[in-house]
Amino acid sequence: MNWSGWLLLGFLSTLVLTTILSASQGLGLTRMNIPYMLGTMFTPNRDRAKIIGIFFHIINGWIFSLIYILTFEVFDIATWWLGGILGFIHGMFVLMVGIPALPGIHPRMASEQQGPTVVRQLEPPGFMALHYGIRTPISVIIAHVVFGCILGGFYFLTKG
Amino acid sequence: MEKIQDYAIIGNGRTAALVSRGGSIDWLCWPRYDSPSLFAGILDSEVGGSWKIAPLKPAEIKRQYIEGTNVLQTRFSTDSGVIIITDFMPAFSEKDREHSLQPEQEIVRRVECVQGEVEIQVVFDPRPNYARDKAVIQDEKLLGLRLEIGRQLITLRSDVKFTLKEKGAWAQIKLKANQTLDLSLTFTDEGPAVLPPLGDPISRKLALTIDWWQEWSNKVTYNGPYRAQVIRSALALKLLGFAPSGTFIAALTTSLPECVGGKLNWDYRFCWLRDAAFTVRALFGLGYKEEAEAFVSWLLHSTRLTLPKLIVLYDIYGEDIDNDVELPHLKGYKGSAPVRIGNGVRTFFELDIYGEVIEGVAHLVHAGGTLDHETQKMLCGFGEYVCKNWQKPDTGIWERMHPLKHYTHSKLMCWVALDRLIELQNRGQLKNKSNDTFVEHRRLIRKEIEEKGWNSKLQSYTQAFDGEELDSVIFAMPLYGFDGPTSMRMQQTLQRIKEKLSPKPSLFYRFEKSIQEGEGTFGLCSFWYAEFLARGGGSLQEAHQAFNQILPYANDLGLFSEEIDPNSGDALGNFPQAFTHVGLINAALSLAEREKKENKGSI
Repeated sequence: MNWSGWLLLGFLSTLVLTTILSASQGLGLTRMNIPYMLGTMFTPNRDRAKIIGIFFHIINGWIFSLIYILTFEVFDIATWWLGGILGFIHGMFVLMVGIPALPGIHPRMASEQQGPTVVRQLEPPGFMALHYGIRTPISVIIAHVVFGCILGGFYFLTKG
Repeated sequence: MEKIQDYAIIGNGRTAALVSRGGSIDWLCWPRYDSPSLFAGILDSEVGGSWKIAPLKPAEIKRQYIEGTNVLQTRFSTDSGVIIITDFMPAFSEKDREHSLQPEQEIVRRVECVQGEVEIQVVFDPRPNYARDKAVIQDEKLLGLRLEIGRQLITLRSDVKFTLKEKGAWAQIKLKANQTLDLSLTFTDEGPAVLPPLGDPISRKLALTIDWWQEWSNKVTYNGPYRAQVIRSALALKLLGFAPSGTFIAALTTSLPECVGGKLNWDYRFCWLRDAAFTVRALFGLGYKEEAEAFVSWLLHSTRLTLPKLIVLYDIYGEDIDNDVELPHLKGYKGSAPVRIGNGVRTFFELDIYGEVIEGVAHLVHAGGTLDHETQKMLCGFGEYVCKNWQKPDTGIWERMHPLKHYTHSKLMCWVALDRLIELQNRGQLKNKSNDTFVEHRRLIRKEIEEKGWNSKLQSYTQAFDGEELDSVIFAMPLYGFDGPTSMRMQQTLQRIKEKLSPKPSLFYRFEKSIQEGEGTFGLCSFWYAEFLARGGGSLQEAHQAFNQILPYANDLGLFSEEIDPNSGDALGNFPQAFTHVGLINAALSLAEREKKENKGSI
């Protein structure tokens, strides 16, 4: 296990993932702004939420990348395509399980059953985050596959 | 079809909407003033789209803004009861935003039944992208109606149950005394969208918005005559300002006709440099120093991309604008086609804008501002450009492409540009520059205006050199200090303009050809006239009389359009028009100064 490799690649691959998701928003593929969504767990202020959200997204990325690294170590193989497969699984998990569960854990997110309240005003994501745009799943999957490819493609290089 | 003056404006410093007397939002572009429209019913009631809330029965309608605010209240009195619709776009301080989630953009419509019972109908009929795109509305029950337009999401939340139709959504509800119905329309291009709750949170939002506007309008330092009209004009001007960049658009709309049924239909949702100096003066004069400084900053920032040349108009961020495009699927206001978006005048060669920008900066310096090295260099660059180009013919302030002429007003503004630069140099604000060239060219321009801009046969200044046509813009000549309002030439010019360009007391056409083209009288020219009188061109009583003669041409809310039909008194052209309201404010400022002087004199 190469800890410095994990720290570096985990950070870089999360930056790339965040950039791809932001670019998808800029290009009109999705409205979903992950840092804003995460940051509003802590503050209602839009600008501050985005800053806090970026920080937490990077922490999340690091944590998730550790799971990738452990997988590479267990199977003693790390290639871009294996990383890509793990990224696809990760992306599907995020879309099918992680994001739909948000109304249950996000203190400011409304639910479809109860509608918005004074505290919970954020639109719930719906199945596969489709409320944030019909192409949201595509951008999420692409971003996570790229995330995995970077980790898989470069991890063993860092072991020297 | 509603008349132009039947509309009211609500907004939030990013965009604004027009609400008709009958309770219909017939113009809204989201998220910016120059974005494609969501509702454009004012340009085509069948195709354009609108959002109407009104009683089913005929009603007597009265409306007003809550004092000192841009919160609109329309009262519908029917034979069974009375409702009040309160329309606003929430506006809060940054401090208030800290504590709660807020949608990127929102329009709130609160319907309160204050007497008896009233059955109302709500028709929500959005037509995105100037009604070029199909609106597919989905009913997401508790989350409201949803309309996705590309990456953007529009949601309408309300407690009333809507029925989706082929086009739009429809609802009907009977309200009894003390019952309230809230509707919230939001825009976002960032997910997750904020879906604001209804009921008490709307009451709080309304209270905060009223506080915000009243705090803003209470900052007015003006205590002269016509204070109520001046404050309303300031509030209207504020709604045409784009807060993130500090600039002002010329008017909220596109293609409201200068001549009903004619083709003089233009897109005014941009920032004209020619409006600069008057706007800065009005803002400083009212005590809105922050807004004035932000606007000058925008002026200096936006012009950097084209230095040392200036273009006629920019968008709200100082970017270039697309050429105008016609929208043949929209019939236009009362059939006044074509409807145009974009504006081709940006490429015109217009010399007066140099004087306007430099005069705007000079107002900043007069108010205690200073200029950094980069700005000084930039201003000198403008001066050098003027020295090299003032002899060329241009399109003039009214942007007449064919033929280019040596417009007297354009030369006047070149004179103003150099005169103010010399003044700034004398004040030590333009350092290490020799002003000999500026002084020499200023002298030459004055000589040319006095020799060629004056027609001795007509005994009047004329629109262009060696010409015979008159132009009301000459009223502005004394405002810049070129010629005194009491001079023989200005007094004679005043008489000629009154004879040829004034169909009714204090109403003026822009110039003689504009009468032939069928347009109305120009609101700003009327206020220039009042200001001309206030500055000494007439007695104080005459100035008051002129001002009072113009005021009835505002609508019941105090809003002015670009032009006035002298026969019917109806508003014409884009609405509301910043330039007209700026003219009102400046005329009132001059009247107040005159009153002050005369009071001092009598003591």
